[in-house]
Amino acid sequence: MNSWANIKTIAKRELGAYFSSPLAYVFIVIFLLLCGFFTFMIGGFFERGEASLSHSFFDWHPWFYLFLVPAVGMRLWAEERRVGTLELLLTMPVTAWQAIVGKFLASWLFLGLALLLTFPVVITVNYLGNPDNGVIFTGYIGSWLMAGAYLAISCITSAMTRTQVVSFIISVVACFFLILAGFAPVVRFLEGWASPTLVDFVTSFSVITHFDAFQKGVVDSRDVLFFLSVIGFSLFSTSVILREHRN
Amino acid sequence: MIKVENLVKVFGAKRAVDGISFAVERGEVLGFLGPNGAGKSTSMRMITGFIAPTAGTVTVGGHDIVEDPLPAKRLIGYLPENAPAYTDMTVNGFLGFTAEIRGLRGEAKKKAVNRAVELCFLESVLHQSVETLSKGYRHRTCFAQSIIHDPEVLILDEPTDGLDPNQKHEIRTLIRRMGEKKAIIFSTHILEEVDAVCSRAIIIDRGRIVANGTPLELRRKSEWAGAVTLVVRNISAATITQKLGQLAPAKRTAVIKETDGKAIVTVFPKPDANGELTRAVMDASQGWQVEELHTEEGRLDEVFRSITMPDTKK
Repeated sequence: MNSWANIKTIAKRELGAYFSSPLAYVFIVIFLLLCGFFTFMIGGFFERGEASLSHSFFDWHPWFYLFLVPAVGMRLWAEERRVGTLELLLTMPVTAWQAIVGKFLASWLFLGLALLLTFPVVITVNYLGNPDNGVIFTGYIGSWLMAGAYLAISCITSAMTRTQVVSFIISVVACFFLILAGFAPVVRFLEGWASPTLVDFVTSFSVITHFDAFQKGVVDSRDVLFFLSVIGFSLFSTSVILREHRN
Repeated sequence: MIKVENLVKVFGAKRAVDGISFAVERGEVLGFLGPNGAGKSTSMRMITGFIAPTAGTVTVGGHDIVEDPLPAKRLIGYLPENAPAYTDMTVNGFLGFTAEIRGLRGEAKKKAVNRAVELCFLESVLHQSVETLSKGYRHRTCFAQSIIHDPEVLILDEPTDGLDPNQKHEIRTLIRRMGEKKAIIFSTHILEEVDAVCSRAIIIDRGRIVANGTPLELRRKSEWAGAVTLVVRNISAATITQKLGQLAPAKRTAVIKETDGKAIVTVFPKPDANGELTRAVMDASQGWQVEELHTEEGRLDEVFRSITMPDTKK
């Protein structure tokens, strides 16, 4: 249980670091403003006349996260390397894994918190109609898992550099590919010339494809597995990069 | 406590550390000397397990730092070069975090933080964020972090770098006091520190150990060790050097200064003089108006230079 205690200590510190700088508050405010603006103004929440959040609200999440999650994840390792605290952290009696998981969990919880603060949307839709709250719940789960996948990718790019901006740009590009692979216009373009198996193969890498089922209220173990394996693989890559720095 | 054997680190084509071996026991303070870029920090990073050695082994308290890192790291307190600390935390928060990660909780954690704060004189900045601290305070905060768990082994990379003379004195006193019960390695390029703190010193240059001994032993390697300097009135320096240069234990003489009737001359001993030079000079100077006469202990800076810059050796 010692390792769990270490993970908790590291996560607690990391979470504290978010809230001791303006970053956390700026992030939350921007996220909530974006959610509100897109849901009600662009998503046409009222015009649709549906008691549902999937098209007006959740549809935007892959795109919000594209910019917001790398902004949260970029400092995780880049900052430690720049300031030199990485040397401190990794010479303490913790394994690199405990540090990686602790830091990831802290940021993921932070993203979860930001997501929870969108609750007024849920209240609104419940006030105006009779939505299926089960579907909304799975939507939130899917959205959080997707944020975790983006975040884990940002962990890799953050470990690669000591400049946060570089980390941000690389992870935006990487996450953008994960969206594009299932973005409707791209899929239509692929369908024009590629075999259906190839199209399936490419779209299976997209967060949109896997997020889709959650929005419909379906928790498919394959989708959960997809997000968890992206997280697992990315954290593993992070550990490889960190080890490489120390060799 | 610390045992380093044939440690090697290669960065690309450069052998930053090239086969160094030494051991430090409890109660010893080992000074790690060397010019910038000699491999001091790299060695310390390998000893503390931050970077992996290309070859060779490090054991701390019997635990191999690569094979069995956690028990070894528990024994070590480490102050990295430039004293990094989480800038977004308060001093209190930072020390609390490091105590927790060392497994100290509740009352034990509080006690450990208080003790470190007291030893490093941090009371006045306890609730200030690390970002706003002056360099001296930041350095001491990181130093406090390294002693928070009262470790048996302390590795300090330039612990007095950037401190003012008073702070330097405090830190040195602290290191010397802790050195009575712990095994300490600290690096520096301030030679007076070696005398003030170390029980033993190692000089490394280009990744190799070029000298290893007590500060006194190192000083004896100097040309100045056992040299006699005298201040004489009313005799020309030429007369003095001529007479003293002929003494059996004297290797050569040098005129340090000659002004209105006052000459300062140093006589250097031959390597086999065995301390006989002082007696010989005293006998030879009978009848002169000698104002001052003293025997040099040897100069570390000169030893350091002659060892680490072989090309310019006299």
